[in-house]
Amino acid sequence: MPGHVIHTEHLFKQYETAAGISPVLKGINLTVARGEFVAIMGPSGSGKSTFMNILGCLDTATSGHYYVNGQDVTVLDRNQLAHLRNKFIGFVFQGYNLLPRLSARDNVSLPLVYSGASVPEMRTRAQELLEKMGLGQFSDFLPNQMSGGQQQRVAIARALVNQPSLILADEPTGNLDTATSYEIMDILTKLNESDSITIVLVTHEPDIASYAKRLVRFVDGQIVYDGAPPPRKAREAA
Amino acid sequence: MMFFSMQRQAWHAMSANRLRTFLTMLGMMIGVGAVVLMLAIGQGAQYMVEQSISSMGSNLFMILSGGTTSGGVRTSTGAAPTLTAEDAQAMTDLPSIAAVAPMASGSAQIIYGANNWATQVYGTTPSFLIVRDWNVSSGYPFTDSDVRSATRVALLGQTVVANLFNDEDPVGKTIRIRNSPYLVVGVLDIKGQSLDGRDQDDTILVPVTTAQRKLFGSQFRGSVRMIMAQATSAQAMNKAERDLNDLLRQRHHLSENTESDFTVRNLTALAEATAQTTRIMSMMLGAIASISLLVGGIGIMNIMLVSVTERTREIGIRIAVGARALDILLQFLLEAVIISIVGCLVGAILGVGGAWLVNKLMDTPVVITAWSIVMSFLVAAAIGIFFGFYPARKAANLKPIDALRYQ
Ligand SMILES: Nc1ncnc2c1ncn2[C@@H]1O[C@H](COP(=O)(O)OP(=O)(O)OP(=O)(O)O)[C@@H](O)[C@H]1O
Ligand SMILES: [Mg+2]
Repeated sequence: MPGHVIHTEHLFKQYETAAGISPVLKGINLTVARGEFVAIMGPSGSGKSTFMNILGCLDTATSGHYYVNGQDVTVLDRNQLAHLRNKFIGFVFQGYNLLPRLSARDNVSLPLVYSGASVPEMRTRAQELLEKMGLGQFSDFLPNQMSGGQQQRVAIARALVNQPSLILADEPTGNLDTATSYEIMDILTKLNESDSITIVLVTHEPDIASYAKRLVRFVDGQIVYDGAPPPRKAREAA
Repeated sequence: MMFFSMQRQAWHAMSANRLRTFLTMLGMMIGVGAVVLMLAIGQGAQYMVEQSISSMGSNLFMILSGGTTSGGVRTSTGAAPTLTAEDAQAMTDLPSIAAVAPMASGSAQIIYGANNWATQVYGTTPSFLIVRDWNVSSGYPFTDSDVRSATRVALLGQTVVANLFNDEDPVGKTIRIRNSPYLVVGVLDIKGQSLDGRDQDDTILVPVTTAQRKLFGSQFRGSVRMIMAQATSAQAMNKAERDLNDLLRQRHHLSENTESDFTVRNLTALAEATAQTTRIMSMMLGAIASISLLVGGIGIMNIMLVSVTERTREIGIRIAVGARALDILLQFLLEAVIISIVGCLVGAILGVGGAWLVNKLMDTPVVITAWSIVMSFLVAAAIGIFFGFYPARKAANLKPIDALRYQ
């Protein structure tokens, strides 16, 4: 379906373990249009991360179709998938996933290493984004010299460095306190509103989900709710 | 991915684990150092042998008094010399023989002024210089007429000159050999060491007749210790050997079933055998050293495998932000190649330094050729690629989600 950033059709995923075959995604149909901000919620083990990994082209579905911008991902080869991850999708993880031995600046410019940017270009792009994240003075810091919130902002800067049109965030505030979580969510909201980047985010907290414009609820590998997010007052109350 | 940033990534990874990187390099250093050193020693030995062979003269036979048993041991040497200067003269008429020199030798004390020196004195003819391919560097060689009239003239080797004459020109001076005066008519060129390690320049040549009658009179009485003969060409060597045997058996009146009272030795074949032995030794040294290079290479593979396992998450993160399989492959290959090339560089320097030490401390000749350095460089790069490839490919083929989940 052209015009839609994400479109999945009957997406199935099952794992084969010693205990036998366990289905995790049982036919997910989801369409996300350009500029949407979607929150996914659901109980633990309901398949949210599995779904996000497939959306991020980090994993493949057992059957079904996944279209990114109208392009069927299942027919792409490894290099085309790498290109997609590099240019089109920015992934933000719960555990930040920064390279521990690289400075904040080098971590942010990592995707540029694989898109053929020159070293000076890499430095200026990374510095720009760190400043946008309010981390201008931290560019030479190593990840373990920064707080969790700061590390997550570095990770967001890295996700943004190649100007993707889709940000996937799997529990980006899962390791952060409430105040820091709100800072991160403010950043994501701003990216969605002023840069019209499409965002899909997984969370367990209703107040985090209330930042989104649409809520999708997973239970046991199936979508059981697709509609309005929780009202904002949940957040004000917190 | 651009090369410059790749180097940076590789550098980051290697400097993160300095001790391990160094130890891996050490394996390569020792390997390459050993190869360079062993090749230098082996080629030094080869060079020396080749030098002595070319100083010996070509297509040479040495004919000695006394027969040979089946075991190759010479019998009844010295007791009754059977070869004569006339035997030598007769050999010159053989069509397969180009030049012949009889040799009557003994050691003698030499005196010049206040200096004295003990050396080997050879009585021979002017054709000795042809047979041995030896030139006179100053003065003139003695002549056939000197041989006929047994004059007391001498040609000096460079070692003798160095020990008897300080800065003087020896030509025209008179030295005393076994207390009799001899006129120095010329000085021989430098020859260097013989195959058995003797200093060939520590020698004096006099006419064979002078040696027989005046110098070692009681010992020789018309006989000579040995005869050197040169065949006309390398192809004529076999025929020359038969001709020499036939001629001497006939001249010595030996019947069909008596053993020869002389031995004809093909010096050129002996020299070839020595050269062959040296070449084999040189190759063995290189081969043994190569094993340590191989061990160094396996060390690289081992470390790279550990490194890939350890950095699985890092690889996962890189793949997640858009690294292609080729980027990951090149990153790890580059690391392996850098380790092996830096190790090789230091190893080559160590090898050259070691060769220099061996040369200085043990007085052994060493030859370091450009190709042995270039070779070890290429081998190091090849080892880096070969042993780095498997771990690198393992890293490149990781599935992103598996790599990211790896704990
Ligand atoms: N590699 C795997 N092999 C086998 N089973 C797996 C694997 N990865 C996930 N699963 C199973 O798939 C199911 C869904 O996991 P998933 O991580 O998608 O859940 P989730 O909704 O993200 O949960 P949470 O909210 O706790 O993060 C779980 O039951 C899990 O045990
Ligand atoms: Mg999850």
